[in-house]
Amino acid sequence: MSGGSYYVPDQSRFPIFMAVSLFLLVMGASSTINNLDDPTSNSVYILYLGFGCLFLTMFFWFRQVIKEHLAGLDSNQLKQSYVYGMAWFIFSEVMFFAAFFGALFYVRTLAVPWLAGEGSKGAYISAIELWPAFESTWPVITTPDQGTAYELADKSMAWPGWDHALKWLPLWNTIVLLSSSVTVHIAHLGLKKGNRKRFNTFLGITVFLALIFVGLQAAEYYEAYAHYGLTLNSGIYGSTFFMLTGFHGFHVMMGGFMLAIMLGRSVFAGHFEEHDHFGFEAASWYWHFVDVVWVMLFLFVYIL
Amino acid sequence: MSAVIENHHDDHHHGPAKGITRWLYTTNHKDIGTLYLWFSFAMFLIGGAMAMVIRAELFQPGMQIVEPEFYNQMITLHGLIMIFGGVMPAFVGLANWLVPMMIGAPDMALPRMNNLSFWILPFAFFILLSSLFMEGGAPNFGWTFYAPLSTTYAPPSVTFFIFSVHIMGASSIMGSINVVVTIMNMRAPGVDLMKMPLFVWSWLITAYLLIAVMPVLAGAVTMMLMDIHFGTSFFNAAGGGDPVLFQHIFWFFGHPEVYIMILPAFGIVSHIIETFSRKQLFGYSSMVWAMLSIAILSFVVWAHHMFTVGLPLAAEIFFMWATMLIAVPTGVKVFNWVATMFRGSLTFETPMLFAISFVVLFTIGGLSGLMLAIVPADFQYHDTYFVVAHFHYVLVPGAIFSIMAAVYYWIPKWCGNMYDERLGKLHFWLSFIGVNVTFFPQHFIGLAGMPRRYPDYSLIFADWNMVSSVGAFLFGFSQLLFLFIVIKTVMGGKKATDQVWDGAKGLEWTVASPAPYHTFSTPPKVD
Repeated sequence: MSGGSYYVPDQSRFPIFMAVSLFLLVMGASSTINNLDDPTSNSVYILYLGFGCLFLTMFFWFRQVIKEHLAGLDSNQLKQSYVYGMAWFIFSEVMFFAAFFGALFYVRTLAVPWLAGEGSKGAYISAIELWPAFESTWPVITTPDQGTAYELADKSMAWPGWDHALKWLPLWNTIVLLSSSVTVHIAHLGLKKGNRKRFNTFLGITVFLALIFVGLQAAEYYEAYAHYGLTLNSGIYGSTFFMLTGFHGFHVMMGGFMLAIMLGRSVFAGHFEEHDHFGFEAASWYWHFVDVVWVMLFLFVYIL
Repeated sequence: MSAVIENHHDDHHHGPAKGITRWLYTTNHKDIGTLYLWFSFAMFLIGGAMAMVIRAELFQPGMQIVEPEFYNQMITLHGLIMIFGGVMPAFVGLANWLVPMMIGAPDMALPRMNNLSFWILPFAFFILLSSLFMEGGAPNFGWTFYAPLSTTYAPPSVTFFIFSVHIMGASSIMGSINVVVTIMNMRAPGVDLMKMPLFVWSWLITAYLLIAVMPVLAGAVTMMLMDIHFGTSFFNAAGGGDPVLFQHIFWFFGHPEVYIMILPAFGIVSHIIETFSRKQLFGYSSMVWAMLSIAILSFVVWAHHMFTVGLPLAAEIFFMWATMLIAVPTGVKVFNWVATMFRGSLTFETPMLFAISFVVLFTIGGLSGLMLAIVPADFQYHDTYFVVAHFHYVLVPGAIFSIMAAVYYWIPKWCGNMYDERLGKLHFWLSFIGVNVTFFPQHFIGLAGMPRRYPDYSLIFADWNMVSSVGAFLFGFSQLLFLFIVIKTVMGGKKATDQVWDGAKGLEWTVASPAPYHTFSTPPKVD
């Protein structure tokens, strides 16, 4: 803009379209969920419409931002805004996971032992003989009510011991995801050195590893539901297990999708320069973040 | 779309676009600030109308006006609307208007996202309010939505409530990221961190708190959703969860949230007291450190809301002392405001009246907070009207008075006209008397044992409840005067000078009144 160095975009239709999309999305989601038992309900189409609008708006919005960037409108200062913005967004994601990890630590160290009658608080539970048969273990695959309101699982997803380690999917998932963090870093180094081929190759490998991870995770869920009797409905272990790994898996899908877009931009449109590739860098930050969350999951959900 | 790129050189320095699209498509921080402020005013009046229903029901013991079920919906929506629709958007609106002008930036750092942050809100509150007309009624579990009231025993509209909170949270997070990035990245050369106006500082810290805790709230409502519809047992002991877990997660969000609603007020009051004392603000850097300390401490005091749920003794003692520690930085701030006024050339225009009464009445709310922090005393006070009196003292003559002070103080800069000082003072005195008549007696009935969130009460509480209701009607209807004053000022009035207040300092007073549509396209020089 004339006189100023900071690019302030003109009026834009994207934000209001996005707000309307979000409105349709959450209205559709709420009424779909409230009418799950009603086969005649059509609410799910509102949900689809919301998703569709959201995707379209985001596509055109990002396209616009990329166009503006290629037209040279954004100064270094604007790029710095994107850098800070992405960093703070990742911080907000960290706090989202913190809520679920906090819930996990709370039930493991406090709620479950108390329900089993341990400690001074547990003494109150014992005194009224609420659930005398319940014992505090982790993973806790029985529920305090012994499966009256919930279903009992046969088996947990925890570390099976060294003998079965190689057949244990989470280990392979860890290897896959940690490697993908390395490959995305190699891709980044390649880009910084101007080696487009290495960038495309290793970014491609990263996206492939992301797909493998999601596939293995799906296999693990299938295993849990079909063979372990472990479901969302199997008490607090199932709740924390599926919500933590589920939200992580969802973030892997989003991160993988972002990286795939970046790959497409590089391969088909030749985007990104040695010193100018924040779109990719932001996606790679997100990918490293997803990786760190997995390491925490592996430690606290699977191993310990 | 490419037209936008080609035309951008010509379009700037034009005024605003014409018609409704100006407001729908705008990327201008002043427009978006105005939208936020009007939206919050509308929510303030809707939430206020609900408060009138509550006080009308409580005017006398016995059931007279509404059913208990509807009463519960009123207290729930009153709380949610005032917090998420009234106070928070008002502060975001002020941040939009003021932060770029105070730091010499051309706009917010991410202007389109700024528009999105605002436009999510009307939809979110449309969803929340529409739940009043749904089968089973609106949410009725209180604004704190404790499980299992909000899970096992919730009306079906809780699903809509959950998703509405989700998108409100998305709006807050995006708005806060925008504020933080603007402050970190867009300061004019020379606006060093320790030279930033205190309102900017207060918003930097507030935005950090928001980014940290809104996702936690999203996590809490997600767990609720899963417990209600998908069979998880986070908040159900029969499955190994714990309803108290909900309270921990909620208050881990909720306590920083109450500072989110007061820190920007600290910033506003510091500016106003400095201006009308015609002195340098006393203890600038201690003000900054005090706000930072309050923000950090806000993460380790959450369980003082839960002293009676059966926490381990060590936890109760820790949370009691951590809570009391907050009195220290808060005391520093109150001391500094008083020291700024000490031997100043004080004048008492409307913003100053609101600011001074903020200092006095917020301190009363802070002191009753200290009483509530004492564990053995809290066993007596918990969930009584004493708590209601406490948090209304920090929120109404605290947060809301500071917002009104800010509106009177900056409205000449926004629309170029002075407000009517006589009417402003009248509004202040009616509000001041109304607030105290409403909430001071609630201390008495609370200490005497009247529980909160009931539509009926024992005869012994009748007199003070009637006084409280009379005060509430006075306060409530005085706000229509505020609406009138604001509209009158926007429509016309004595022209404001650029400086507006002779003691005012800061970049926003160096631009014309009303502020041009685009300010500081080139960063100003600041020494």
